[in-house]
Amino acid sequence: MPRRTDLTSVLVIGSGPIVIGQAAEFDYSGTQALRVLKEEGLRVILVNSNPATIMTDPEFADATYVEPITPEVVEKIIAKERPDAILPTMGGQTALNTAIALDKNGVLEKYNVELIGANIAAIELGEDREKFKGVVERCGAESAKSIIVHSMDEAFAAAEELGYPMVVRPSFTMGGLGSGLAYNEADLRRIAGAGIQYSPTSEVLLEESILGWKEYELEMMRDRNDNVVVVCSIENFDPVGVHTGDSITVAPAMTLTDREYQKLRNIAIAVIREVGVDTGGCNIQFAIEPGTGRVVVIEMNPRVSRSSALASKATGFAIAKIATKLALGYSLDEIPNDITKQTPASFEPTLDYVVVKVPRFAFEKFPAADPTLTTTMKSVGEAMAIGRNFTEALQKALRSLEQKGASLSFAPVDPAGVPGLVEAAKRPTTDRLKQVQQALLGGATVEELYEATGIDPWYLDQLALINEVAAEIAAAGAVNEEILRRAKRHGFSDEQIGALTNTPEAVVRGVRHALNVRPVFKTVDTCAAEFAAYTPYHYSSYDEEDEVAQHDKPSIIILGSGPNRIGQGIEFDYSCVHATMALREAGHETVMINCNPETVSTDYDISDRLYFEPLTLEDVLEVIAAEQRTGECWACSSSSAGRPR
Amino acid sequence: MTVSNTPASTAAVLMLEDGRTFRGRSYGAEGTALGEAVFATGMTGYQETITDPSYARQLVVQTAPHIGNTGVNTDDAESRRIWVAGYIVRDAARRPSNWRSERTLDEELAAQGVVGISGVDTRAVTRHLRERGAMKAGIFSGADAARPDSELLADVLAQEPMAGARLAEEVSVEASYLVEPKDHGWDGEPRFTVAALDLGIKSMTPVRFAERGVRVHVLPASATLADVTALSPDGVFMSNGPGDPATADVQVELLRDVLDTGIPFFGICFGNQILGRALGFGTYKLRYGHRGINQPVLDRRTGKVEITSQNHGFAVDAPLDGPVTAPEARFGRVEVSHVSLNDDVVEGLACLDIPAFSVQYHPEAAAGPHDSAYLFDRFVDLMGSSKTDASKIKESL
Repeated sequence: MPRRTDLTSVLVIGSGPIVIGQAAEFDYSGTQALRVLKEEGLRVILVNSNPATIMTDPEFADATYVEPITPEVVEKIIAKERPDAILPTMGGQTALNTAIALDKNGVLEKYNVELIGANIAAIELGEDREKFKGVVERCGAESAKSIIVHSMDEAFAAAEELGYPMVVRPSFTMGGLGSGLAYNEADLRRIAGAGIQYSPTSEVLLEESILGWKEYELEMMRDRNDNVVVVCSIENFDPVGVHTGDSITVAPAMTLTDREYQKLRNIAIAVIREVGVDTGGCNIQFAIEPGTGRVVVIEMNPRVSRSSALASKATGFAIAKIATKLALGYSLDEIPNDITKQTPASFEPTLDYVVVKVPRFAFEKFPAADPTLTTTMKSVGEAMAIGRNFTEALQKALRSLEQKGASLSFAPVDPAGVPGLVEAAKRPTTDRLKQVQQALLGGATVEELYEATGIDPWYLDQLALINEVAAEIAAAGAVNEEILRRAKRHGFSDEQIGALTNTPEAVVRGVRHALNVRPVFKTVDTCAAEFAAYTPYHYSSYDEEDEVAQHDKPSIIILGSGPNRIGQGIEFDYSCVHATMALREAGHETVMINCNPETVSTDYDISDRLYFEPLTLEDVLEVIAAEQRTGECWACSSSSAGRPR
Repeated sequence: MTVSNTPASTAAVLMLEDGRTFRGRSYGAEGTALGEAVFATGMTGYQETITDPSYARQLVVQTAPHIGNTGVNTDDAESRRIWVAGYIVRDAARRPSNWRSERTLDEELAAQGVVGISGVDTRAVTRHLRERGAMKAGIFSGADAARPDSELLADVLAQEPMAGARLAEEVSVEASYLVEPKDHGWDGEPRFTVAALDLGIKSMTPVRFAERGVRVHVLPASATLADVTALSPDGVFMSNGPGDPATADVQVELLRDVLDTGIPFFGICFGNQILGRALGFGTYKLRYGHRGINQPVLDRRTGKVEITSQNHGFAVDAPLDGPVTAPEARFGRVEVSHVSLNDDVVEGLACLDIPAFSVQYHPEAAAGPHDSAYLFDRFVDLMGSSKTDASKIKESL
């Protein structure tokens, strides 16, 4: 089915200012959408109040309104521009809520504007907790068990079935008044007793707690022919209880058998169909009880999300771009996969590498704030790294954070301090990864830490492996080829190796280069090398075979701005993207290095080559070396990235 | 500190027939493994992969870098043993983690005497095979790894090629067995009886029938028409399996006889190739095959896309613009019902005048998506309508 011919103009709603939980990723998705709409020859209208975005550049839309994203203002724009359709799924919850309001107040009908890529009934089904539970049930899957009670007798009877701890939620109270977690009968008596008082209907919802369960997410796409594909599975390092935006996450899922994975996939597809997601992307979150494999559906988002940006960068499958094409009426099999060219987008990417995303927090700027991680997102940015195994990807991601002390350190830990570390790790905070790794270093077992944190033993063992390699490096004394190769395979930086061997970082690097222990650059290709890739989207790994092609023109490297942080948001990505655009226009070949998955600059077609790498001296030097091995490299520019590098 | 479950590993080498070598560490058993090197791109389901009889005499490269994370359990094996001749991975799990895990993959490989290699650049191997095609190879570990490369290469080259290999009989069961619907969640009486020829069948295939109320007699690859008709089956099925379909003359003849009786037929993978040959089409070897669980297939009748599980190195050579009269004209018209969206390879055949169809991919999944399970329903429907229309179909022949 080719694209619809009845559309000539489309209004895209952006996401407005950056807030925690809604950041640069929507500039990325919106920009991709605008590019597709323009390529398809449509008149494009944009509203976004954030001028620090690529998307609000005049050349991306035919008409750009830097105005507040409110139903009133958007109505005025509709009245003036009279678009045929609105694409509301690229601007996060802000855009979606605005579109829903415009539907509710009759504006869409009045001006005969159609929502594309979204469907109000589906959004409501997906977002209404109770209705969504019904959806899940009709799909033969489970939500967390819950029981509504009106008296303490009923509450105690319910407790028999649900078990402790349980979530207590009084009905119809404002802002979660009277909610809490009951760990025992006394808690239940106190919280539910008060809750029955608070609730105007004397009604309290008791829900089984899924805290500590394994958490997964599937990124899905659906087209108008009802073809559904999974773009990516993502596994949270932290168990349920920590917002996905605040957890370390890993793609693809590392600890599922095929039977379990297919169960999630089947549920996700059934839910999408039952909810009636129109076309485009959505994600579904799951919890799995570690001891039994019981699966509970947590929630779904019927739009492009932060996870979609991550999944796009993690797989090379351009979700926002393809979602826009689907909204215009194409089916997945009609859209070519940009990277392989010969194969279609109606497939599921398969990865031959591991992607790790780590959050960046700003608690140092707010000493009074509670650094406990909860289901409310607190991180302000994130870094992503790609490696050929988990240890390499994790250590690269940590150094991508550009925060002092973010990388793991291996100074001996006093065994006397271990019980304290294990105890502290029970509470999820920004320090938990380090507490766990330090506790292992001090002699705690994987079992103890699993008991304390609920982090899957496979991941804990990977941290133990990193510690073991650190011990081998320290024991080696001097830096030799064998130990360097082993260290590098598990992601150790020259700086970490230097610290372990009492050698300056520069000396480690000098020795390493003299021994020719260098990374190779692999390609993100969506298909695990089954087909040739035509898009030079690279990541480094200490493996055997390099894939960077020879280049004829001299290249110019642009350093990206890394993870978002307070005081440095999306504006520097804006300048990096403009730098590469200007240089390309002037006939130069450009190379982008960045590690922030939320950005436009890490789109694989913004520069001639993209290296998804940490922005440390070591990592950048290796990219320069790769560029020089394969041709001339004239310059490396850091002036767009916002601060001296 | 966690104790690694991995037994002490030794040096190992992967030697390809064109002389390219990759060095790594031993994984599983130590010694020598010879076979055809192929790559599989699934990110889940390594246990199903290694126990799939279609991988007999192949050295399988897993493109997913972490293998063994969820260990090995009793339920997920797709047959009675591991069939891959050798196993090539990058990062072998030290410690499996899953509530169903019973032992490590490393232990299981060693216990079954399967020689593997870990720590190699599996992406480089995959790219090599993609560019030059599946090829003869060998994994050598322990004392064997210390032999001169020239000797290793000579051993690799001395093995028989996959083209022309007749392997179905080698992997098939010796005695027939029965899979009952009541053991797989079906409450009522069996609705139909199917005679399934085991050419390398995966355990999930009869289960998918049984779940739908179909009683399955799994027969050895050497079964005759008399063996089949003695069961008075409502349908005949031919499974997936290893080797070159050009060698399956016995099964092709059997299928022609079955088709002549008018009993409905369904084939998967090798069974698709046998239907193709029974109808008079040829088969050919693909350069590097389709092995993965993300393979898009177009159902040309509905226009819908299925994400399929695939494992095939050979394919049927039939005209894509159908329907055409089968070269064996007595079977009437046939059309290519399914096609690979990646490379237009024939992925399914449907006979229009006799009750027979087949697919090249794996609707039983295990490992892989369940998008194509409807094909089992289609076969059940076909058996249902044939039961009532049996006389009509015979007339139309």
